[in-house]
Amino acid sequence: MTDHEITLTVNGTDHELSVEPRTLLVHALRDELGYTGTNVGCETTTCGACTVHMDGEAVKSCTVLAVQADGERIETVEGLESGDDYHPIQEGFREEHGLQCGYCTPGMMMTATDLLRENPDPSREEIREGLEGNLCRCTGYQNIVNAVENAAAELDEPVADGGEVRWPGGEGE
Amino acid sequence: MIPDGFDYHEPETTAEAIELLEEHGDAETELLAGGHSLLPAMKSGLSSPDVLIDIGGIEELTGVTADGGTLTIGAMTSYSDVLDAEAAREHAPALTAAVEQVGDRQVRNRGTVGGNVAHADPASDLPGAVLVSDATMVVQGPDGERDVPAEEFYLGMYATDIGPDELLTRVEVPSAAGAVGTYVKRASPSSGYAMVGVAALLSVEDGAAETVRVGASGVMDRGVRLEGVEDALAGGSVDEETIEAAAARAGEGLDTALMMDDLRASGEFRAQLLEVYTERALAEANADLAAPAAD
Repeated sequence: MTDHEITLTVNGTDHELSVEPRTLLVHALRDELGYTGTNVGCETTTCGACTVHMDGEAVKSCTVLAVQADGERIETVEGLESGDDYHPIQEGFREEHGLQCGYCTPGMMMTATDLLRENPDPSREEIREGLEGNLCRCTGYQNIVNAVENAAAELDEPVADGGEVRWPGGEGE
Repeated sequence: MIPDGFDYHEPETTAEAIELLEEHGDAETELLAGGHSLLPAMKSGLSSPDVLIDIGGIEELTGVTADGGTLTIGAMTSYSDVLDAEAAREHAPALTAAVEQVGDRQVRNRGTVGGNVAHADPASDLPGAVLVSDATMVVQGPDGERDVPAEEFYLGMYATDIGPDELLTRVEVPSAAGAVGTYVKRASPSSGYAMVGVAALLSVEDGAAETVRVGASGVMDRGVRLEGVEDALAGGSVDEETIEAAAARAGEGLDTALMMDDLRASGEFRAQLLEVYTERALAEANADLAAPAAD
């Protein structure tokens, strides 16, 4: 049961750490590295609260071993904002009251950004399908779908200050 | 968390993975692909291997290629990479339609076709679709490669023809270009797994059915072909009436006493669902033939 030395690049910062093979990515992120924005919900690959991006794709970090993520680029909810600016998906959730208790929100936003990067103009049906792996138990899905629509519209606008549209982990998937 | 510790190996080649399988033959060893069946089983204690061999990063086991009428899907190709491959949609439409409905977005980003096939969960979306697609499983061990037709590959619930020192390297599908493929399922509301999932492959030439292959997941202890349905439609016209009549034969040859029977659905209910979903799969295929989806 030897420990493994791994490297994770989280939100652009390289981290070297030593993990047991059984350590789940979500626990490495939260307990070893302090990225507590990623929540643990069901821990059975169902609820999606632990969703992060790994190598540019949304994954449930409770169902990835930290050793499997060795050398990968990880983006968590903490990587969405830049400086004082919220990411459009964060703005969308704020504007549309897309959260109540907020527990599912980090996962919702990470899945939504993965969806919007692939499909910048999704229908409401496509948003619902895209988020089928994320469960909310309070606000309900109506406002969450509104939030994602809001973000899609925002991302569709040319960025006023001439900057680039920001995606977690940068452009180029 | 995963309660029990284990040793973790990450081979870079298939040959290396097979060596590791031989080396750890006496220990409880599992191959790790995308991990979306194995890791949950390990968390719940259903599986507690001593050694995990992670083949998910072996590059030669990844990718989708079309060559000489055969579509090849590397065993470690993720569902989402299959869906991104135009060749998969063109040559294996029924399998692709089933892949599209596996789990959810995040699961499809990690889970692999080979992991699914080798795990042989009868309620998964792929077993029926690989039969419909007439797939061949290519298995490699210390003595080299061998081809196993899908019909002989699945031996029962979670059981396949893969030997203890072998691994699945790729799934080969003869091109079904020109045919329409569909997959419709009644998913368990809690797990998303198929209570019944029906895959259909259909093409019509001069008003008569040319290709008719229909199969189901979730009904028996492995995927099944629905031969009664195929016989009913073969060579004849395909319309609402003939589809309905064919679907009524969905249970033909299936022993209802051996149908999956659990908290989600009794065997009797599954038999009923099977007819309904067979009809839907064929109706959807026929509608797509008449008006190809614009995608």
